[in-house]
Amino acid sequence: MSRVDSIEIASENSYIIYFGEPNSTVISAEVSAKIAATTAQIKHQLGHHLLDLVPSYASLLVIFNSTNCDHLWVKQQLRSALSRPLATQQEASKLVKLPVFYSTKYGPELSLLATNAKLSVEQTIDLHCATEYRVYAIGFAPGFAYLGEIDERLAAPRLATPRLKVPTGAVAIADRQTAVYPAPSPGGWNLIGLCPTPMFNPQQVPHMPVNVGDRVQFYPIDQAQYVTLGGQLHEF
Amino acid sequence: MSFKVLQPGLLSLLQDLGRFGQHEIGLTSSGPLDSEAFAWANRILGNAANACAIEVSFGGLQLQAQTDSYICITGAELDVSINGVNKPLWCGHKVVAGDQVKLGYSSQGCRTYLAVAGGFNIDPSFGSCATVMREKIGGLNGLKLAANDQLPCATVLQHDQLSLAPQHQPIYAESAHLRLVLGYQHNLFDAATKARLQHSQYQVTDRSDRMGMRLQGPSIACPSQQMLSEGIALGAVQVPADGQPIVLLNDRQTIGGYPKLGSVIARDTARLAQLRPGNTITFEIIDLYQAHTINTLAQLKFDATPLLHTKD
Repeated sequence: MSRVDSIEIASENSYIIYFGEPNSTVISAEVSAKIAATTAQIKHQLGHHLLDLVPSYASLLVIFNSTNCDHLWVKQQLRSALSRPLATQQEASKLVKLPVFYSTKYGPELSLLATNAKLSVEQTIDLHCATEYRVYAIGFAPGFAYLGEIDERLAAPRLATPRLKVPTGAVAIADRQTAVYPAPSPGGWNLIGLCPTPMFNPQQVPHMPVNVGDRVQFYPIDQAQYVTLGGQLHEF
Repeated sequence: MSFKVLQPGLLSLLQDLGRFGQHEIGLTSSGPLDSEAFAWANRILGNAANACAIEVSFGGLQLQAQTDSYICITGAELDVSINGVNKPLWCGHKVVAGDQVKLGYSSQGCRTYLAVAGGFNIDPSFGSCATVMREKIGGLNGLKLAANDQLPCATVLQHDQLSLAPQHQPIYAESAHLRLVLGYQHNLFDAATKARLQHSQYQVTDRSDRMGMRLQGPSIACPSQQMLSEGIALGAVQVPADGQPIVLLNDRQTIGGYPKLGSVIARDTARLAQLRPGNTITFEIIDLYQAHTINTLAQLKFDATPLLHTKD
């Protein structure tokens, strides 16, 4: 597999770096680790010329201040950041354990996913908890972390009709990704339970329990523990 | 020391230049849709470029001054009155405590900016006071302005009264010519599609807001729709399976999974955001060097344009 990373124009003041095969739709922890390391290197090299960064599954969008530097200089900096042997970010990546109250009542698609996987609800929960996921991207909404990849048997397409309101803390699945909704929002993912840990808190630093590149593992709790940990119950 | 909101109008939002460095936690950049009109309002009052002002969409805002200060209104043309006396846009005006400032409704263009001397004193959240209702962040508790809101500002008794000469004021027409740089997945679109984009007219639809402008016109569909979600720049031209382009604006989601042809330059998204449903758009593909020159010249012109001394 070729490992040629490419730098493409994204806009008048941004470049997007594609890692690995161009137009690939394969998700890999190796590529994700390289993106995390490159993100750190670019922050260091561009300094105050940098306006924003958006790391994602296989790309990194770099937005720069085009009023005080030009695109040629920035591209040169990106090339040099990519050619540098990058320090491994493995040490910097932390493991975050998140409790989940799995419930067929508060996670309306849990039974359906179990049936599709030809598993019991308990086995389905075990499977969701068995994998250490990686934070591949943060976006969609403040604090929304895309975690992957879930066991193939649990993969499920988005709902044909998205819900108008998914509650805070809803633990959800779409394709081979899983996530915790940080705030109420419309959403088309399959819901399997509730997580009491706030995923986004504007009043607290850090604002999120995870960063891109971190690892996440879920563990089951019961309704009483969920409420004790501050979780709210919402009717569907 | 403040202004009190008597009537908020349809959508009035506190905005500064926007929120930067927060995409990594999923926050959008926000900021004024028409960055040019916003910049003039602050310059006419001698404010810092990032001073907080009000973006008024479609008009209807009414304020009461609770202190003495100076205000300036720029952007889409609408009737402005202070205590019932009509006042021009693009011009600093003195207000004293008790004065009522009333904005009518815009007939051409749709974003008007109201700035105050020194800017509104709003506590920044995540480094900016730009309001994003979807995120409930910025402004006053992340909300649009509502009746009885108090907008804190300094008392200013003496200030130069300046205005922008009519020949330098932007004209908000019923059409806009958008220049875009090719980027992202543009290699997946064939030459005929790129030619069609440049030789067709598109219309603004009513499904347009601060996140993006959905356009309608000849399809520029991308043969491939399979891709991983990635970061979205301001002005990105996103093309869903139906081939109808969406130009993403200040409140766009930070990541998304539709193919993109490139991005419209910010100077032109400012004009796009002034259009109404049914208004028309043409596209022109430029390269990064042209974009750089356009921006440099426009900034030089902005800085060098003299303001006129005026009296109420």
